[in-house]
Amino acid sequence: MTQTIFAPWTDPAEKPLIEFDRVTKRFGDFTAIDDLSMAIYEREFFALLGPSGCGKTTLMRMLAGFDTPSEGTIWLAGQDIAPVPPNKRAVNMMFQSYALFPHLSVWENIAFGLRREGMPKDQLAARVDEMLRLTRLQRFAGRKPHQISGGQRQRVALARSLAKAPKLLLLDEPLGALDAKLRQDTQFELMEIQETTGTTFVIVTHDQEEAMTVASRVAVMDEGRVMQIATPEDIYEAPSSVYVADFIGDVNILRGTARQTAPGRYEILWGEGRAPLISESDTALDNGQSCALAIRPEKVSISADRPETANAAQGKILDIAYLGNLSTYHVELPDGQIIKAQEANTQRIARRSFTWEDEVWVSWTKTAAVLLAD
Amino acid sequence: MRRLSWVSVTALSFGLAFLYLPMLILVIFSFNDSKLVTVWAGFSTKWYGELLRNEAFLDAAWVTLRVAVISSTIATVLGTMAAWVLIRFSRFPGRSLFSGMVYAPLVMPEVITGLSLLLLFIGIGLDRGVVTIVLAHTTFSMCYVCVVVSSRLVSFDTSLEEAAFDLGATPWETFRLVTLPIIAPAVISGWLLAFTLSLDDLVIASFTAGPSATTLPIKIFSSVRLGVSPEINALSTIMISVVAIGVITASLITKRTAVQRQMDEQVALRDETSV
Repeated sequence: MTQTIFAPWTDPAEKPLIEFDRVTKRFGDFTAIDDLSMAIYEREFFALLGPSGCGKTTLMRMLAGFDTPSEGTIWLAGQDIAPVPPNKRAVNMMFQSYALFPHLSVWENIAFGLRREGMPKDQLAARVDEMLRLTRLQRFAGRKPHQISGGQRQRVALARSLAKAPKLLLLDEPLGALDAKLRQDTQFELMEIQETTGTTFVIVTHDQEEAMTVASRVAVMDEGRVMQIATPEDIYEAPSSVYVADFIGDVNILRGTARQTAPGRYEILWGEGRAPLISESDTALDNGQSCALAIRPEKVSISADRPETANAAQGKILDIAYLGNLSTYHVELPDGQIIKAQEANTQRIARRSFTWEDEVWVSWTKTAAVLLAD
Repeated sequence: MRRLSWVSVTALSFGLAFLYLPMLILVIFSFNDSKLVTVWAGFSTKWYGELLRNEAFLDAAWVTLRVAVISSTIATVLGTMAAWVLIRFSRFPGRSLFSGMVYAPLVMPEVITGLSLLLLFIGIGLDRGVVTIVLAHTTFSMCYVCVVVSSRLVSFDTSLEEAAFDLGATPWETFRLVTLPIIAPAVISGWLLAFTLSLDDLVIASFTAGPSATTLPIKIFSSVRLGVSPEINALSTIMISVVAIGVITASLITKRTAVQRQMDEQVALRDETSV
């Protein structure tokens, strides 16, 4: 049985739902979005991820229609959306503050958009009830927003923005106001609702874990530019730049100069007296070009004796961060370089193999690291 | 909670006496049987009866009420509109000039406002009467409404308006269905403020009133110059009671809303733990 994998971005025949074509947005002297082009496909759960001030919210507000691009065009289903005001767009937004109307009941909040369309009464009631069921809010239909809890408010906001069955739903930090436990449950709920309704979701978040969990593709942004657009796996395992590698998850960045020894095979010289690191990579680098090797801590092994791996270095354990299921060891090499190694705690803590000040070897295979031009 | 010491009790009594003794004397003497204001001659309600038969006073009261209702309503509409534009459209040419001009009547001496309005009405040949008083009161109370409403709009979460707009509402629907209901308490207090300002205004009214229409404050002021009569005391007592009832009702409503809100939040909290 062949399973069809959802990946419209790999199919050149597929038409994107949204296309940013060289979009620039300036506020006075400040450039919020800098010559940005990207495509988002139907039924995608697309995450815009970046630190605050990277332009992700501006991008979303342009999709909603609250801001217009200074240059370039945004296409939605083949139509230039710049002249279309927000109240005429088949795009709805879920606000970070939820923006529930405090004077209206949950039911009336959800019905608000449908009433503006002039939907017939019985149809409207059926649609609102469907939304209440979808978000498990039937019990609270008659309550006012201040009479329900934060998690319920979040679901009302979601139901309200989904009620008009938009082509595109924008979610601005939708889970930012929830506590950690509730946030996790809600992430899965969001994914389920996205799948049930088949709506294209664009989510803005600064929480990388959230983006990785929910999204089909993630766009990592910095200073108004997109650094990389890829699936969560690729973003994590094959970052295209040091910025992305460093932004997502924990990583060791080792800087040096490259020397090609065979096609696709490099030696990285990274300081006096250190053995060159060996890495296999498709990245094309010139001899002598400065480069960075990004290695995730969980791909670094830690052992008492020198292992038979391509890359190994000896050092002393400086610090141990105990995270419950995992422990991160900070190993200091003789010249001061620190390498983080992560091990699963498969045994109870009393029988842990290493402790502070232990002399250990850190090692990784020649394909474990990502080689990046610096 | 700290207990009241004799010092604070004394301070409190002096303060209250300072505020309310004059009014108390006025109320007591409104029930005086004697025509002489300063001599107590037994309890009587006859001045209230006299008052009801005094056509001049009743006419003035009716004019005052009409002027107050009409002018405060117009002032509320204009003041709310001005506040909305000033807060929402923070950048347009002449904004600071406009906002300065809206607030200027707040600090302008009433005599000058009254005089300038009088000159204007004479200049355009408008006969002085109810219409001119209404116009004058609208002019000066509008800026008070503007101040009250704009202070509410400053803390208004604009994403509420954006959400309505995003859900397909036109700008007018957004204002009518979302903004206005939420800022309604501020608009109502603006209206009440304008209403009371109009009710007790003497200076501007005396400039703009004509022989055909006199307001109650003008009437009281002019009759006091001929000597204080117990009738005036009775009239003032009625006005004090009306104001007192208004204030007490308003504070009771506020208190009840606060209690209701607290209960609602407890309900939400309980649900959160049970679901």
